[in-house]
Amino acid sequence: MKILVPVKRVIDYNVKPRVKADGSGVDLANVKMSMNPFDEIAVEEALRLKEKGAATEVIVVSIGPAKATETLRTGLAMGADRAIHVAVDDGVEVEPLAVAKILKGIADAESPGLVILGKQAIDDDSNQTGQMLAALMGRPQGTFANTVAVEGDHVVVKREIDGGLETVKLAMPAIVTTDLRLNEPRYASLPNIMKAKSKPLDSKTPADFGVDIAPRLKTLKVAEPPVRQAGVKVADVDELVAKMKALGIA
Amino acid sequence: MKTLVLVEHDNASVKDATLAVVTAAGKLGEVHLLVAGKGCAGVADAAAKIAGVGKVHLADDAAYEHQLPENVAPLVAELMGHHDAFLAPATTTGKNIAPRVAALLDVMQISEIIGIEGDKTFTRPIYAGNAIATVESSDPKLVITVRGTAFDKASSEGGSGTVEAVAATGDSGLSSFVGSELAKSERPELTSAKVIVSGGRALKDADTFKEVILPLADKLNAGVGASRAAVDAGYVPNDYQVGQTGKIVAPEVYIAVGISGAIQHLAGMKDSKTIIAINKDEDAPIFQVADIGLVGDLFKIVPELTGKL
Ligand SMILES: Cc1cc2nc3c(=O)[nH]c(=O)nc-3n(C[C@H](O)[C@H](O)[C@H](O)COP(=O)(O)OP(=O)(O)OC[C@H]3O[C@@H](n4cnc5c(N)ncnc54)[C@H](O)[C@@H]3O)c2cc1C
Ligand SMILES: Nc1ncnc2c1ncn2[C@@H]1O[C@H](COP(=O)(O)O)[C@@H](O)[C@H]1O
Repeated sequence: MKILVPVKRVIDYNVKPRVKADGSGVDLANVKMSMNPFDEIAVEEALRLKEKGAATEVIVVSIGPAKATETLRTGLAMGADRAIHVAVDDGVEVEPLAVAKILKGIADAESPGLVILGKQAIDDDSNQTGQMLAALMGRPQGTFANTVAVEGDHVVVKREIDGGLETVKLAMPAIVTTDLRLNEPRYASLPNIMKAKSKPLDSKTPADFGVDIAPRLKTLKVAEPPVRQAGVKVADVDELVAKMKALGIA
Repeated sequence: MKTLVLVEHDNASVKDATLAVVTAAGKLGEVHLLVAGKGCAGVADAAAKIAGVGKVHLADDAAYEHQLPENVAPLVAELMGHHDAFLAPATTTGKNIAPRVAALLDVMQISEIIGIEGDKTFTRPIYAGNAIATVESSDPKLVITVRGTAFDKASSEGGSGTVEAVAATGDSGLSSFVGSELAKSERPELTSAKVIVSGGRALKDADTFKEVILPLADKLNAGVGASRAAVDAGYVPNDYQVGQTGKIVAPEVYIAVGISGAIQHLAGMKDSKTIIAINKDEDAPIFQVADIGLVGDLFKIVPELTGKL
């Protein structure tokens, strides 16, 4: 069984994003970029399934500009077997619906038993792509996964939901999206980083899958959120109690 | 415009999350609701009483009992034949179903809207709320999830909607519900609590979290939240997590105890009316958003505070 893992190159989660002065977007020039953290968790889960013998091959795929190949190399260094880069021009953002359509094209060609995505990209915060891919493929989805277990031709997914946890059983092929507690991703070792350089990396374009990536949403502007003013520091608990009384909560 | 709102429920009662979505839908046009579930006629009757609601579509079938998206999404897609916009709460249920509907309709979803600027124009936070994007849809239909803290709740009384049964679209046979472990708590739910006390990594372990945070929360009749670090370390269950990738809250008062204030945490609570922070590090970023800060050791401060309230 193959596992397909879509990985997105995003602003590093430690960097505080800054809105561009002209309101056209967020400034990504000279900003550290990394693999979306949820996608690292997805790669890790795929590798563990392979190590357990539930999968035979892990394929990472990224849709993005040339630099997205760096993210794919990170996935290969973690242990993925090969990579597919679907190239778009610098500065072009591909919306989740178009990403899902491209991923469907790849899934049609590769017939993976599982596609494991992140639940959310930390740049657009959409939380859509996995669910959209599942719909386009007509397959079941286990979103916000906390635990994943392959059992024969089914996968059992424990999901993190607002009220606690929920378990669903899905017929494979299935789509899974990762939540934070699924696993702790490994770091790539130096020898594996070296090895990754010679692993196969295929290059494609959206047109290869007949997908039109023209955006459906037009971004009219991007603005700073209202800033909160820092307030006062109180000296001790008595002063805090007085402030809380003034707020009417004590 | 005719809108269709997904009612969030547990086959017994309407969840609060639905009410803010009704308000958002009302800004776009006529509000119709969908109650999909099993044995949920009572939910539909209650939903019909929500202020401003027109028709309530009731799909009562075993296939919908657990809101499996493989079954609910095709039902919504079919009802969208005569609606212009589908709106769901940005809860784990709404986020599970709405994008599946959007793909079936070949529409790009607009996630977690916080404002409505026009018929097709919305604002939504991106980059953990560090930027607010205004986006305009060019799709013929809209699929939207709504951030509950950004819209007032519609009144659950006063409406006079009519309930209309709709035919089930069947069971996909692709997925089944196995079970759930739902936290039972007497405390106010995080997303509707007036006061929230949240604890971070500094709370050491599950027992210490309980001993320090819960008595304070009890005194204030508060909901209890946590940072990701506290959840990851197993102090509290996953559904306590507040933040970019957890719950978004905006209570009257949010008390952050031993939480540093990473951008991912701030994303989930910085719209709270008043923020109180207790942290031993006077340079902790949480103090940049706190209205009231107290620098010191939480293990001394919190018990003293609880005692004096
Ligand atoms: C993809 C991704 C998603 C994430 N999503 C979320 C999310 O939704 N929510 C979230 O919260 N985080 C999230 N995070 C994690 C976030 O980046 C931080 O790591 C996390 O919020 C830190 O939690 P903390 O403040 O409890 O711990 P720390 O950053 O370790 O802070 C502990 C604080 O406690 C203080 N302290 C220690 N001892 C005491 C004491 N005795 N008295 C008083 N103060 C004390 C310290 O000064 C420090 O400020 C996410 C991260 C990633 C990568
Ligand atoms: N451009 C992309 N290339 C590869 N994977 C992507 C891309 N965009 C989104 N994904 C995947 O879809 C998940 C959810 O993204 P989103 O729906 O944008 O929040 C991510 O965690 C990735 O696994």
